[in-house]
Amino acid sequence: MFTQRRNLIFLFFGIIGLLFIGKLFFLQVVDDTYEKAADNNAIRKIIQIPFRGEVYDRFGKLIVYNTPVYDLYMIPRKAVVKDTNHFCQVFRVTREYFIKTTQRARAYSRVKPSLFLKHLSKEDFASVQDAMVDFPGFFFETNAFRTYQSRSFSNALGYVAEISPTALVDQKDDYYRQGDYVGISGIESFYEETLRGQRGVKYRMVNSNGVEKGDYKNGSLNINPISGNNLYTSIDLEIQEYADSLMQHKVGSVVAIEPSTGEILAMVSAPSYDASLLTGNNFSNYYQQLALDPMKPLLNRPPSAYYRPGSTFKLVQALVGQQLGFIGPGTVYSHAGAPVKCHVHGPVDLRGAIRVSCNPYFYHAFRKMIYDNTSGDTYERSATGLQRWADLVANFGFGRKLGVDLGNEKKGILPNVDYYNAVYKGEKSWKFSNIYSISIGEGEIVVSPLKMANLAAIIANRGWYIPPHVVKGVGLAKSIDPFYKTPVKVGVEAKYFNVVIDGMQDAVANGTVGPDGKIPDILMVGKTGTSQNQKGKDHSIFIAFAPRDNPKIAIAVFVENAGFGGSAAAPIASLVVEKYLKRKVDRKAVETKFMNMNYLPNAYGGIVRKKLAIDSTKK
Amino acid sequence: MTDSNHIQGRLDWITVGFYVFFIGLGWLNIYSAVYSPDAPLSFSDPAFYDSNAGKQLIWIGTSIILIICVLVIDFRFFESFALFIYLGLLLLLIAVPFLGVTINGSHSWFKFGSATIQPAEFAKTATALLLAKYLNDPLVNLSKFPFQWKVALIILIPMLLIIGSNETGSALVFASFIILLYREGLPGTYPALFIGGIALFVSALLVKAWVILLVLVLLAGLLVLFMPIYMQRDPKTYLRLSGAIAGIMTLALLVDWVVNNVLKEHQRNRIRVLIDPGFDPRGLGYQVTQSKIAIGSGGFWGKGFLGGTQTKFDFVPEQSTDMVFCTIGEEHGFIGVMLMILLFLGFLWRLMYLADLQRSRFARAYGYGLVGILFFHFLVNIGMTIGLMPIMGIPLPFFSYGGSSLWSFTILLFIFLKLDSHRSDMLSR
Repeated sequence: MFTQRRNLIFLFFGIIGLLFIGKLFFLQVVDDTYEKAADNNAIRKIIQIPFRGEVYDRFGKLIVYNTPVYDLYMIPRKAVVKDTNHFCQVFRVTREYFIKTTQRARAYSRVKPSLFLKHLSKEDFASVQDAMVDFPGFFFETNAFRTYQSRSFSNALGYVAEISPTALVDQKDDYYRQGDYVGISGIESFYEETLRGQRGVKYRMVNSNGVEKGDYKNGSLNINPISGNNLYTSIDLEIQEYADSLMQHKVGSVVAIEPSTGEILAMVSAPSYDASLLTGNNFSNYYQQLALDPMKPLLNRPPSAYYRPGSTFKLVQALVGQQLGFIGPGTVYSHAGAPVKCHVHGPVDLRGAIRVSCNPYFYHAFRKMIYDNTSGDTYERSATGLQRWADLVANFGFGRKLGVDLGNEKKGILPNVDYYNAVYKGEKSWKFSNIYSISIGEGEIVVSPLKMANLAAIIANRGWYIPPHVVKGVGLAKSIDPFYKTPVKVGVEAKYFNVVIDGMQDAVANGTVGPDGKIPDILMVGKTGTSQNQKGKDHSIFIAFAPRDNPKIAIAVFVENAGFGGSAAAPIASLVVEKYLKRKVDRKAVETKFMNMNYLPNAYGGIVRKKLAIDSTKK
Repeated sequence: MTDSNHIQGRLDWITVGFYVFFIGLGWLNIYSAVYSPDAPLSFSDPAFYDSNAGKQLIWIGTSIILIICVLVIDFRFFESFALFIYLGLLLLLIAVPFLGVTINGSHSWFKFGSATIQPAEFAKTATALLLAKYLNDPLVNLSKFPFQWKVALIILIPMLLIIGSNETGSALVFASFIILLYREGLPGTYPALFIGGIALFVSALLVKAWVILLVLVLLAGLLVLFMPIYMQRDPKTYLRLSGAIAGIMTLALLVDWVVNNVLKEHQRNRIRVLIDPGFDPRGLGYQVTQSKIAIGSGGFWGKGFLGGTQTKFDFVPEQSTDMVFCTIGEEHGFIGVMLMILLFLGFLWRLMYLADLQRSRFARAYGYGLVGILFFHFLVNIGMTIGLMPIMGIPLPFFSYGGSSLWSFTILLFIFLKLDSHRSDMLSR
């Protein structure tokens, strides 16, 4: 009776069993969302930020390093503080802070660590070590602060800050996450990828309360962080700081290059800022203040500022004119027929023209270069002549990037045919009489101090340069891009440099440079420049190298609104050169005079004095 | 021949093998569920015996004592004393609201020192025994209403008492006796109606009323078209069919009312979670969501013994008790759970086979009672972990952690094995 019912019952069991197996097949094999959900549940990805590379000067002195700071964390469930007074005494916090922070940590999570105290210094960290046994549930995590040894190099170094939302979107390799720190300008930006190192990743298992339970898959997926590479710069920190001290109360730049290597010895941008204040919580306040400052302290002037080169450009004209065959050491011009002004003196040859910085001389010389002693349509001849001229001048680095290893290098402007066609809206709508200002470095031509220092190096080398660079070695191997080892020829034969260098020697000895710009025991050769601008008084410019034979330093100094080139720029350059070559300065009176010299009222008037007052109280 | 040799010779060692295998596997899973990679406990550590895995070892040890007790008791005792055992458990069920303690929201536990006992777990055994004893009377015919009524009473009294102590899950287990009754001659209409009722309830929750109506009308139409002999194309038939459809529709519409007015809040939520898997995954749906994540993340081969992250790190609540199936699913993958399901079905088949060998109706009926109870736990427990059944506090037999459940299943099973070992001594009446 009813024995067949067993089979019916078992059929029912079997159907249910199959239904379960089917559903399980779907859950476990077909649908992989659960697997991902499980990983999200139980695996916590921890990013480990490596130490950023340090930056050294040419003698191995530290310029930028990382200061370890210690953040104190607490786990409320484990934290037992028997004696609150003792605790507050050890960590130097108020009772209110203790109560408030503890409560906030508890409200966040009883089992996950909460930040209790931020940025304890190494000394503070050491002093509380002994007491830590009394405070279970509290522990330290190491963090790092970018610390800048010297304020003088801030602009070239750049700074490190949280990545901006736009940069986050624009990044190429998806490396950065929100809140990551990234080099913003200068070296920090240019060498970002080598400085930052390789981020580490740890996969930790966590339970449902978020408490860590060891490495996932025994740590086989973990990647250890790799510290960033150190940078060995060519900066001479002593010279850098000295040049910076000379640029106090001034706006402008000092760039010094070792001509034989293209290594930048010093690069001062004035006014500067305190990079150490651009870290952490101060960032937004201080950044605002700097960004609004009319003197633009955030601008790294040497590679990025725009100036007319003024008379220093006459050196290029003298070289290019000779190479093109239009002038020679014996070429003599008088003031007659030139629309440019000059001082009272008679007709001069090329050497003399450089000594006294004769405007009409270079007007005539440039006219000759443009018109090529031929006749015909002046418009057409202007175009042909200018292009030939501009192609040669471009070799000196004008109107293009030199490739310095700093962010934000500007091209500057070297006016050529296309440029004037655009300005005058059409071909053959301009001729020499429209463009002659550039013969003496005024008008449309725009350069940066770095280019002018490089020009001094080119002349010192008699016709070649190595692209200027700040970093001479990266990482343990101290390797460097071959680009910064390869000389670039400018296309002017070495013999044409003699007369120019003679003229520069005369300019320093008994030409446009005054007594403050002369170094008694060093043969420095140079050229002054006076750059017209809209801000007010002319900018004072001086480029030079020394010693004349076997030059060790080429320098360009720009002092904004300081007037004639011999007045401020030449003495400052001479002091830096003297300091570099002798490691000391004998002309103390000149040094004191120019350290205290203040050219700011010429352009910034009242605002500046107020600002300075703030600056001085900060120091 | 001594008495014990006699038992040994007749004991069905295949079933015992299944039992030992399930218990062993179950313990390993509990061990894995409580295992902490940070601080693995060794057997010599006293703290180990405070963990679920350690305590389960104690429960397994005491189960062996219970097995011996069951095996040495005279086999006639269970039939003779079935009524007293049943009445004694009814007394305990009545006493538990007054003398018991509350664990996990259900006031249904007795506490003896550190051990807790839930009488509801043992009421199933007692009810199975009494049902079997009642059916042992050859005059009882389950197709007749007076007998059906008495059988219903035997089942319903403990069931209602258990519902009274807020253990709806345990009470629903009593529905599994329908398998016993069906095997013993209850007309097929009853289980058919039973399954139909469940199907109607579920479909009323899942689809709109008009869909059910459409399906019913279609079914009726097919019936009339293809079974003209039975239907006889008589106006009365159409009237009856329409009446049946109307009745079913009324019931379907009643489902909503029942869900909203009869069920308690937490029961209603469990049903909501079931029909809408995305409902409140961090709150009410948390357990099901986490359970599915744990099982689903196991993949085809599983993460390996002790390799599960979800169950080990407490993402699944009740993972060593009612949710122990998750651990199997996560660590042993689809292969593991499939084998486990097939093994369990094999176990049930073996029990049914043994039951049908019995000469006495008492032993056979008891055997089917046992099969029904085990199947019901299997159905609901695995069903809830994979989101096919509402969450109920129903353990997986032999696998789940818990003294009461292990003891009661052990007693339930070994009474049958004891009876089976004496099947030649028992006369069929």
